[in-house]
Amino acid sequence: MTAPTLSVENLQTHFFTKAGVVRAVDGVSFRVDRGEVLGLVGESGSGKSITGFSILGLVDPPGRVVGGRILFQGEDLAALPAERLRQLRGNRIAMIFQDPMMTLNPVLRVETQMVETIQAHERVSRAEAVARCRDALGRVGIPSPEERLKAYPHQFSGGMRQRVAIAIALLHKPDLIIADEPTTALDVTIQAQILAQVQTLCRETGTALIWVSHDLAVVAALADRICVMYAGKVVETGTVDEVIDRPAHPYTIGLIGSVPGDRPRGANLFQIPGMAPSPLSLPEGCAFRPRCGHASEACLAAPETTSQGDRAFRCFHPQLGAQA
Amino acid sequence: MSDAVIARKPLLGDGILAQALRGILDSKAATLAAIACLVLVAVAILAPWIAPQDPYDLASLSIMDGRLPPGSESMDGWTYWLGTDAQGRDMLSAMLYGLRTSLGVGVLSGLFALAVGTTLGLVAAYFGGRIDTLVMRVVDLMLGFPTILVALMMLAVLGQGVGKVILALVVVQWAYFARAVRAAALVERGKEYVEAAQCLGLSKARILFSHLLPNCLPPVIVIGTIQVAHAIAAEATLSFLGIGLPITEPSLGLLIANGYQVLLAGLYWISVFPGLLLLALIFSINIVGDRLREALNPRLQK
Amino acid sequence: MTVFIIRRLVQSGFVLLVTSILVFLGVYAIGNPIEILVPADASQAEIAQAVQSLGLDRPLWQQYLTFLGNALHGDLGRSFVFNQPSISLIFERLPATLELAFIALMLSLVVGIPLGVLSGLKAGSRFDRTVMTGSILGFSLPNFWQGMMLIMIFSVMLGWLPSTGRGATGEILGLHTSLATWDGFTHLILPAINLSLFNVSLIIRLTRSGMRETLPLDFVKFARAKGLTERRVIFVHVLKTILIPIVTVIGMEFGSLIAFATVTETIFAWPGVGKLIIDSIMRLDRPVIVAYLLIVVAMFIVINLVVDILYSVLDPRVRLSDA
Repeated sequence: MTAPTLSVENLQTHFFTKAGVVRAVDGVSFRVDRGEVLGLVGESGSGKSITGFSILGLVDPPGRVVGGRILFQGEDLAALPAERLRQLRGNRIAMIFQDPMMTLNPVLRVETQMVETIQAHERVSRAEAVARCRDALGRVGIPSPEERLKAYPHQFSGGMRQRVAIAIALLHKPDLIIADEPTTALDVTIQAQILAQVQTLCRETGTALIWVSHDLAVVAALADRICVMYAGKVVETGTVDEVIDRPAHPYTIGLIGSVPGDRPRGANLFQIPGMAPSPLSLPEGCAFRPRCGHASEACLAAPETTSQGDRAFRCFHPQLGAQA
Repeated sequence: MSDAVIARKPLLGDGILAQALRGILDSKAATLAAIACLVLVAVAILAPWIAPQDPYDLASLSIMDGRLPPGSESMDGWTYWLGTDAQGRDMLSAMLYGLRTSLGVGVLSGLFALAVGTTLGLVAAYFGGRIDTLVMRVVDLMLGFPTILVALMMLAVLGQGVGKVILALVVVQWAYFARAVRAAALVERGKEYVEAAQCLGLSKARILFSHLLPNCLPPVIVIGTIQVAHAIAAEATLSFLGIGLPITEPSLGLLIANGYQVLLAGLYWISVFPGLLLLALIFSINIVGDRLREALNPRLQK
Repeated sequence: MTVFIIRRLVQSGFVLLVTSILVFLGVYAIGNPIEILVPADASQAEIAQAVQSLGLDRPLWQQYLTFLGNALHGDLGRSFVFNQPSISLIFERLPATLELAFIALMLSLVVGIPLGVLSGLKAGSRFDRTVMTGSILGFSLPNFWQGMMLIMIFSVMLGWLPSTGRGATGEILGLHTSLATWDGFTHLILPAINLSLFNVSLIIRLTRSGMRETLPLDFVKFARAKGLTERRVIFVHVLKTILIPIVTVIGMEFGSLIAFATVTETIFAWPGVGKLIIDSIMRLDRPVIVAYLLIVVAMFIVINLVVDILYSVLDPRVRLSDA
């Protein structure tokens, strides 16, 4: 089996704030293979977005990566010099952000922002760069790309802007794309289009994709494998079929159960009791313990990850054999 | 099972003054500056008692002692630590009295501008509508012109005198207060306690000054501090140009002006020392004001 | 866009009108105007004749209209001291002031923006704190005293630069400017530094706070995620964003510089309108005062208008939003 495109080992990213140390990412491990789509699922505050930023070294102070390894094609990203990391960004690893209105610079033309991405990594003439940008826009389904290039971000609709962001991500045909909730801010119909587009493109080019989201339905449709995160840790990993149909961790069960639509009409909507803990004051032992219906004395100690082949979960009481 | 943390009441309480004080004490530079301000104010108030000579008492001056460099001996045997000016006035004494005048005019005009500007800002925010538009138009107009120009215009028309200078400075400064207070009051106005006070049938004046105003204090304090420094500097400039305070009430600005003519002749002390004192005063106030602005900024407080 | 300009022009005209009324009242209505408009040693008969010919016996509003009418024809009275029309006097001196203000502005930008950018990048560091305290010192220094100190150090003690006056001017691109000659240049340095100092502090602070507000924004992170060099991220993405509001402030500051030039010109005996107005106030040369105030106010209004237009041109979000 070929080496995975990305292998994250025990990643830890902490924020050193005046109020205390926030362990946003606290020992996260997963891998993504070539051409595979990995869904990184969790609520807000679970650390999933920070995981994405940590991979690319984009964590802003007062946060920083304090431990672990991030192996990308043999190089440990956490230990690379800044210039080498810069060469990889946008080139071999690309990122798509959540809100394209804020991620595209409002005072620069789209053409400028696309051409600079090309010229940051390759010595090409401006004319050639512009031509490539035009093609890239066409490939993501943007009509009249010539005119669109000259425009400014605020002149695009939300869905179009996100397509531009995707086009930018694909400019250098990266080996890995990290997409941080890219469709959350869009209408459902546009969302579906974007999803389909991304899926096709990844299949065509063999790009590995990490799709970070809180929307389980989207991830279930798109991903090959899923990692569920809670309070900075990965609590369950597995193929999409396994995790969705036979979830093991009580939190995953709760998440799946919370998706409306599965229940008979008129039945009460299911909720996981309680609230996600504040990252400054995590409960002792397993972070999910206060909200878990299966918790026991044993859960006062922090559980380690148990692996069964390709499956893994971090729980003393995995609900194996249960159906969702 | 709950993770509630019981917050300790911070030292000195939560009030605005406590916040301001804590903000200053948090910074070494600001604390030093605040101490310097207090010292200067004390010196200014005590000037008539601590000055070795009364620079306004023409009988005590001797023109023979004029233009002496620092450290020289007087005819009576005591030392002119900072030298004398052209009329034989002891620079140290003249500076102490000048400090008194500069500080007095600056603080007075600042206070009046604060009173006028804050009231107008509160009124504009509370009553809204046409009153608000009118006040804000005037404010925008005033703020569009540099202070020195407006002061020049006013003094050209009104002539000289302490009262007129203070008036000119108030006219120049009130708009800063009005604008900031109005912005803060608009935010406060939407809050429930204002509605509650209205339901209780409290008089408008009562609502404005007892309820709205205390919650709008942060910008007032910050701007007040900075404007005092601004007023002192403006008065000094106007006096230097000869259209500020009359020579019977010399401020530091006028002292510096007196030294200007002889500067090129090498008699530096007549303008350098008052200038240093003026600089120290303005600088300290500005440092404190800057620190207060950071400490009382609601956005940065999170 | 055109509607906007027209509306602003109307507003500006209104402001100018109000100012002219205020100025007129201040000068011609307060006190006994005849005393200032006629030489002190005039006889009673001469005074009576002057009153009639100057129309001072007519109602106030009529006098104002005459004044306004004259003003629109370019006649703002004659200077007592120089015995020439005030308008021509002012326009003679204006280029010197504009030159000084412009050079001071350039100086403050060249020094202020880099310092502000560096401070913003290293927020909280010792460098940052030093620069910030330095900037407070910059605007605490009383303008006139600082000018005197400059003269004392560089002219009297070191003898490097001339102390007063404007040097010889030459022509560059059709403009008479001090920059064209070495003599002119040396005379320009100290006054320009003096005038620019308080402005430098403002620019530093503005740039720094712009940096601090912009650096955490998402598009900066995205630019880095694309693999752009840090230099490009700062100088193209961040700087272009923060320069837009800074440009508008700079525009207004130019007006301020012209006003503050009064002090600088007095100290350095620079032959501009600033020195002229101070002298005129001292000598009660009221026609010149009136002319100066009206012209300067008009300049301010024009500058404000230009700045507003500039802002909407530079910010693509504003420019392209009238669909």
